[in-house]
Amino acid sequence: MTTEGAVAPSRSSPVSAPAASRRIGPWRRLAGTQNRNVWFWVFVGPFLLGLLVFVYVPIGWSVYLSFFDAHNTVTPTDFVGLANYSAMLSDPAFLSSLGTFAIFAVVIVPLTFALSLALALAVNRSRAFAAFYRSAFFLPTACSYVVASLIFKMSIFNGLPSGMANWILSLFGNDTGVPWLAVADPPWYWLVLVMLRLWLQAGFYMILFLAGLQRIPDVLYEAAAIDGAKPGWQTFRYITFPQLRASSVAIGVLLLINAFQAFDEFYNTLSNFGTYPPYARPPLVYLYYTALGKEQNLGLGSAGAIILAVLIAIVTVLQLRFLRTGRSAS
Amino acid sequence: MADKTELWLPSALNRRRFLGVAGGAAAAALLAACGSNNGRAGDSTTASSTPPPQTTSSAAGGASTSASAGGQSGGASTTAGGSKPELAQWYHAYGEDGTKAAVERYAASYPDATVKVSWFPGDYDSKIATALGTGEAPDVFEAGNGPSIDAIQAGQVADLSDLLDASAKSDFSASLLDRMSFDGKLYAIPQVIDMQLLVYRKSALDKASVKPPTTIDELLVAAKALTTGKQKGLFVGNDGGVGTLVGPTLWSIGEDYLTPDNKVGFTPEKAGPALAKLHTLFTSGNLLLGAPADWSAPDSFTNGLTAMQWTGLWTLPDIIKALGDDFGVLPWPSDTGGKPSAPIGAYGSAVSSKSKNVDAAKAFVKWLWVDNAADQLDFAQSYGFHVPARASVAAKAEKLKSGPALDAAKIVQDYGHAQTPMLWSPASSTAMTDAATNIIKSGADPVAELAKVVTKVQAELTRILK
Repeated sequence: MTTEGAVAPSRSSPVSAPAASRRIGPWRRLAGTQNRNVWFWVFVGPFLLGLLVFVYVPIGWSVYLSFFDAHNTVTPTDFVGLANYSAMLSDPAFLSSLGTFAIFAVVIVPLTFALSLALALAVNRSRAFAAFYRSAFFLPTACSYVVASLIFKMSIFNGLPSGMANWILSLFGNDTGVPWLAVADPPWYWLVLVMLRLWLQAGFYMILFLAGLQRIPDVLYEAAAIDGAKPGWQTFRYITFPQLRASSVAIGVLLLINAFQAFDEFYNTLSNFGTYPPYARPPLVYLYYTALGKEQNLGLGSAGAIILAVLIAIVTVLQLRFLRTGRSAS
Repeated sequence: MADKTELWLPSALNRRRFLGVAGGAAAAALLAACGSNNGRAGDSTTASSTPPPQTTSSAAGGASTSASAGGQSGGASTTAGGSKPELAQWYHAYGEDGTKAAVERYAASYPDATVKVSWFPGDYDSKIATALGTGEAPDVFEAGNGPSIDAIQAGQVADLSDLLDASAKSDFSASLLDRMSFDGKLYAIPQVIDMQLLVYRKSALDKASVKPPTTIDELLVAAKALTTGKQKGLFVGNDGGVGTLVGPTLWSIGEDYLTPDNKVGFTPEKAGPALAKLHTLFTSGNLLLGAPADWSAPDSFTNGLTAMQWTGLWTLPDIIKALGDDFGVLPWPSDTGGKPSAPIGAYGSAVSSKSKNVDAAKAFVKWLWVDNAADQLDFAQSYGFHVPARASVAAKAEKLKSGPALDAAKIVQDYGHAQTPMLWSPASSTAMTDAATNIIKSGADPVAELAKVVTKVQAELTRILK
């Protein structure tokens, strides 16, 4: 608070600016006191330029493409209006991919949230080897999704009786094994996909929770202890978890966005010779095959991407709003 | 001091704090991504070890063969007079040892241009389709059954009709040239013919007193009889045949993807029940599923995981090495109203129309795949087995003249079917794959599923032929 107060006058300087501008030239005005504006652009400019070229132009281009019949071209001429949007919204495969995402999100978001919070609490409490546990749990985050997918697909969850998962089953008397990723019914592939993502992500969100935990001042716990709060659940429920609110909301939103963007592990565990089974196809994989795979229907794919982006934005805003009003009500 | 406590209270969630945590998360994500590839589409396609249809990935870790271009071919440029054009040539990753070195050797020995060979594991078809839409397209590339109809109609590939004179033209298989032509223009030169076939272990069949099956129903019975202990009866790919057996199933009942005059060639009422038999097979417990190496590699068959396997002619050298003469080959059996069949396809060598050196690229294609009989013969029989695309070269392929390879060559002649027709577009193919997955894996209503495909295919045909 105090630092902001110190900075504010010199940034806008309503009192001294008119006087100064009378004496110095337009360049000085443009550059600002102590060349502040120049340095602002020196530091922010390159980043902004990159953002513009690599993010906003492609997004704008995508919006443009979505109004055209753009088969195999990024400079289409055949304007089709909203036809791509209506085709995408009435495409059962796209709608079912949103359903696939919904199932995935409902399972993976709370699971990752709970597991990473549990890991963070455990690591935070442990007095010995805390750094070791922290690194050990974080390490899978550094593993590539592609590599992890191939390991899960080929060695842990392959369908042979000698595969690791089937070997464990055989210890419990199941000798035939389960072809985990090959069958659609029962949907064992969900088990593989969820485990894979948990393994890859839990450590990362654990670090975020740890950072949140370490910001909670000890005096709160001391005060709670004096007031008679029992350590364990009561302290967690009334001190720790409410104090983690900022981290929790951010992590919830990030997890949901990540689930929306699921691609690598789905593509690398379930695709087969350039084809992909329709029953576990999240939106990005479907759009990949429509726009970037053999079909090269960039107009339709762009329309799908825009729809998806709007959906993510709406859900995120709703989620934040919901969580905030939840606070003010309590 | 009073306002400092505010920071501790749970009420302090505002936009700034949310963004603060989110920003920290993004920074940490960057950190975690250091030196690792958890990138998006482009990266994962390249690194995926799933081979495209015509490949064999003999090792499960096919991705370990680097995606970068071979070094040797670049060496030729130093001896050049400086005026030689540079050409980029792309191949999908063939699984057999020595193939990559061989194509680099052919490229290096070409006198009139410096050819740089690149080799792509993973979803090669998508890679090509994407590259052709950008300025990154290779000058020369191979394409499964020639370039797609979409690439041809978008003008992305050059007309190669003038590379074949009358005598050369008559030397190539007419059906292959036809498959790679559209509106009377030829868009690719067939490199070699590939076929898919059923291999079976003779000793296993004898032990179970099973005869080589000639109908689908016999195949189902045989698969059951051959399933014992850790050995399954049949392996048709980890997807239960979705990717490979739709064509053979249509042909087995006398139908096809499209009719010769480009209308929908199958009826949901007849094709549905035929595909449903694959669902019976899928749920029978007699099918090998989830194998580390897929149908295009011989490993499951040679390691005794299955007694019969649907695979490709290219695996025969490895199978002979492992099993000697303890195996035979068959076409996919017939069902009521049809004949046995074997899909044949060919990688064709095509030229990008956006190449800076279209003429030099065409000259290289002509030199390698039309005139250079010695290299064509080497490519067809020294690594994986393929049938040379030219009759005069095929006549010299001694290794294809005995044993199961000879039987396979007869199957090509008697029962060969072009894999898919030219106008069977990628979108049609996706629709059929989705339906086949639902029918074979999930047991969906086959007639209703195929009716949806018919609608989609008709829309695609209208789009293409407009």
